[in-house]
Amino acid sequence: MKPGIRKALSVMLVTLIPVLSSAQVLRVGLAEDPDLLDPTQARTFVGRIVFSALCDKLVDIDEKLNIVPQLATSYEWAADSKSITFKLRDGVTFHDGEKFDAAAAKYNIERHKNLKGSNRSGELKPITSVDVIDPLTIRLNLNAPFAPLLAALADRAGMMVSPKAAEALGDKFAATPVCSGPFKFVERIAQDRIVFEKFTNYWNKDAIHFNRVIYTPIPDATVRLANLRAGQLDFIERAGSNDFASIKKDPKLKSSKITEIGYQGITINIDKSDRAKQNPLGKEAKVREAFELSLDRQGIVQVAMDGQATVGNQWVPPSNTYYAKNAPIPKRDVARAKALLKEAGVTNPSFTLVTPTTSDAQKIAQVVQVMAKEAGFEVKIQSTEFATSLNMADKGDYEAYVLAWSGRADPDGNIYSFAGCKQPLNYTGYCKSETDALLNESRSSLVPAERVKTFEKIAAELVKERPIIYLFHRDWLWAYTNKLGGVKEIPDGLLRMTGLKFN
Amino acid sequence: MSSSKLMTSLNIRPAQPQVVHLKEVGPWRRAWRKLGRNRMALAGLLTIIFFIVLAVCAPWISPYDPLAASWSAIRKPPSLEHWFGTDELGRDVLSRVIWGARASLLAGIVSVAISLLLGVIIGMIAGYFGGIVDGIISRMTDAFLACPFLILAIALAAFLGPSLTNAMIAIGVSAAPIFVRLTRAQVLNVKVEDYIEAGRSIGCSPMRIAISHLLPNITPPLIVQSTLAIASAVIAEASLSFLGLGQQPPEPSWGSMLNTAKNFMEDASWMAVWPGLAIFMLVLAFNILGDGLRDALDPRSR
Amino acid sequence: MFAFFIRRLVSLLPTLIFVSMLIFGLQQLLPGDPAQILAGEDQSPELIAHLREKMHLDQPLPIRYFYWVEGVIHGDLGESVRTQQPVLELILQKLPVTAELAFLSMLIGLLISIPAGIISAVRPGTYWDYGANAFALSGLSVPHFWLGILMILFFSVELGWLPASGYVSPFENLKENLAAMVMPAFVLGTGISAVLMRHTRSSMMQVLSADYVRTARAKGLSERVVVLKHALRNALTPVITLGALELGTLLSGAVLTEQVFTIPGFGKLIIDAVFNRDYAVVQGVVLITATAYILLNLMADIAYFIFNPRLRHA
Repeated sequence: MKPGIRKALSVMLVTLIPVLSSAQVLRVGLAEDPDLLDPTQARTFVGRIVFSALCDKLVDIDEKLNIVPQLATSYEWAADSKSITFKLRDGVTFHDGEKFDAAAAKYNIERHKNLKGSNRSGELKPITSVDVIDPLTIRLNLNAPFAPLLAALADRAGMMVSPKAAEALGDKFAATPVCSGPFKFVERIAQDRIVFEKFTNYWNKDAIHFNRVIYTPIPDATVRLANLRAGQLDFIERAGSNDFASIKKDPKLKSSKITEIGYQGITINIDKSDRAKQNPLGKEAKVREAFELSLDRQGIVQVAMDGQATVGNQWVPPSNTYYAKNAPIPKRDVARAKALLKEAGVTNPSFTLVTPTTSDAQKIAQVVQVMAKEAGFEVKIQSTEFATSLNMADKGDYEAYVLAWSGRADPDGNIYSFAGCKQPLNYTGYCKSETDALLNESRSSLVPAERVKTFEKIAAELVKERPIIYLFHRDWLWAYTNKLGGVKEIPDGLLRMTGLKFN
Repeated sequence: MSSSKLMTSLNIRPAQPQVVHLKEVGPWRRAWRKLGRNRMALAGLLTIIFFIVLAVCAPWISPYDPLAASWSAIRKPPSLEHWFGTDELGRDVLSRVIWGARASLLAGIVSVAISLLLGVIIGMIAGYFGGIVDGIISRMTDAFLACPFLILAIALAAFLGPSLTNAMIAIGVSAAPIFVRLTRAQVLNVKVEDYIEAGRSIGCSPMRIAISHLLPNITPPLIVQSTLAIASAVIAEASLSFLGLGQQPPEPSWGSMLNTAKNFMEDASWMAVWPGLAIFMLVLAFNILGDGLRDALDPRSR
Repeated sequence: MFAFFIRRLVSLLPTLIFVSMLIFGLQQLLPGDPAQILAGEDQSPELIAHLREKMHLDQPLPIRYFYWVEGVIHGDLGESVRTQQPVLELILQKLPVTAELAFLSMLIGLLISIPAGIISAVRPGTYWDYGANAFALSGLSVPHFWLGILMILFFSVELGWLPASGYVSPFENLKENLAAMVMPAFVLGTGISAVLMRHTRSSMMQVLSADYVRTARAKGLSERVVVLKHALRNALTPVITLGALELGTLLSGAVLTEQVFTIPGFGKLIIDAVFNRDYAVVQGVVLITATAYILLNLMADIAYFIFNPRLRHA
């Protein structure tokens, strides 16, 4: 090769290298600013997106919601289902160089359960003790069989932080977390950005193709998308449903549409407080049935969500294994709704629908108002700030409430707290001992087929009272630059960093 | 530009002998005439009247029911059927803008009425009685003024609950300190006048003095400030609605229409353009009128 | 004059105390349970109990107030319950951002209002006057957030000239920093330009009728020199001192503008904190901004005093 050309080539290479290495930064736009970066204390959905890059967990879930190994390579339930043994991955280190082993895992489980201010203690309640069998094996002992355990360990309750750092930093841990994921913490400026840098000793480092990740919270969906379009971001989560059509048409962008594991519905006060009895909707199950029949779920999805949602009538989507096939989605039937109201002896029932001031909830409420009117319902929309509405629901100071749930991988996470007597998320006041027994049964069986049957029975029970009218399951809408490949579309709506790269 | 040209266009004239009018024109009449000469202020006034007419006659002028949703006409661009297009639930934007004039005008006027009431009463008390009472009121007013106005309004609106009425109360209370300060300053100016002394010496009650003597003399700057305050109250309502704390759907108000429209700026920009323009025109009109009133009622300028 | 200064400084303290009580009281009025909203969607009862204890929510209002005041005296403004970051640290992080935004907005406001004010003062009653006035008033009449979103769509998405949002520290990259700040500063600056223009106009008119201006004209100097060289300098002083008082308006306007442009300053911090019931953050930020505002007022009064010899001997 002529020396001149060689020189030119090397100059090109040298100038390309910064371009190449700067191309290894992934800029993600979030819909909110995450809260504390401590998996034990974290409380928001958006925080989980950030954790998926920062902290590895014992197990993870795949696109079909199956449990797959991460820090644990395999697990085995005991014969009586009252304990589960995990074999841990060898050669894993935390961001500070400390070794991940059974002792570290035990420390973390105990931290999740016992730390003051922990938000995970409810999720791991059945765990009574943790035994270290050998440096790479631990056993979790439970007071009763608990099927949702693995799903919990596939989320924050299974995340492993460095025990040394947790002890040293104490309650300042969240400011500079030291964890076990593909990226380590660099800096965080509240409401501005969270910066992570590649952890060079990550056990799966070959699957990580970025040197840096920068998360930027941009609450306004229009502005978030504008940033993506202007090239300032590479990936945005929760794109607006009305923007999806134009995103699909844009040749510079790619998109993902994932049905969530949660739901959007209307929660009704049937017995949470005295207010339930003063209202026809709360008093009579027939009135609630009439209300449900007055709604056209597909219509609501079309108008309020621009078609970017899947209709449903249970706490899990119809495509889910545990969807109860004995309780199909009712079709809209205004005539029957009117007949039911007549049967119940109720004329022109009216109730107040508490609606958080989010754009989605407002649209849903207005569509519901128009639809229900045709059956004779007078729906009054009471817009409330989210913080206030939560408190009102907790006190039972409401009649109906437009409330969504982000969803958990195991169906138990979508129903137990909501339908169990006096559970923390039970805003309806629904309390039936038969249902409680069935709920407990559904958690204690580890056989999917058995659980499906139990959930069918639960669905049959709930249909009698209809405390929550599930409307639909939203789609997670992701938009990203067409250079980005390897996007795993997992229904929990969290972006995974493994396999992600620029083409 | 030659300096002589500029010189002649300057209204600075050397002192001239005063032309004596045989008929003495009262200060109000003078102000009114001065306002009449200010074409911009008149334009502002006409615009305001136009919007008031719009608001009052809404049921008759509006082509559609502002609450009539139509699933088949969602987010349609402006057309012959829908001059301003339709919104996210298929409602006619023109009708909603017309009906929204009610909410926005109400928000502006009622808020300022509340501010005036609170501000004038408290300001008069502070100005008239002076001493400790004045001290405490002044410090508290300063405290209110030191907090960012929008934060006060947000906190109050959140406390009262999101609704147009509560937004008006929140804005009214948050804006009252300005009127307190203004009233107090005016009262301090006026209370040293002879006629106040005279009134006091013949035993008029403070209330009587306040109403018959103080009030008429402090009105001009209050009128100016009120007009300008209505302008900022309309914007404040829009801001609160933008945060979800003002008029709630489905009832229309320009601010809440903007709040909904912000999600559709790209694919349905007409949803934001028209209410935004309406706010702009109304607020500008009030600002220009207020400016004109200030010039007209300013005793120093002729 | 010194006595005046001392008197004003002393009255600062009760005002600040009232401010703190006002914002404390207002927050506690907010409906809802802060422990609940801060506990996130799982609503774990253990966590809620822990948060209630941490925020002293079960104590009566005056006791909570005294906890807070005690902290403030020791320089501890509490911490954000949402992110566990100390409030003082949050404030120090965001102060430069909002300060820069306020400064740039003031600059743009002056850049618009001073020429407009001069034109208005020099040609009162003409279409120039009306035009300049209307232009300045337009800035005041436009909803910030609406203008902001329109600008983003046009300059960022359509033309690609400016970044849609975000903030880059000027120490990192001055060019990017200015590019990110120019739109929000423009939106805010036009908002205050009306008031600044009015100040410029009246101050300019006052100065133009002064004796030394007449002398300058009599000397045969061109009108441009008279206006720009002699009159302007003196006219500007009250404009700047009064303009500093517009900080309050800027801060109010910044609240929504920062939201739309995603500038991580005080405005955005406060809005989120109010809706999340993150009390300590709201209290801390309002206390700091109120103090700044009151101090600025004081300095403006002093400056006015200094530049206005007539008042000194009143």
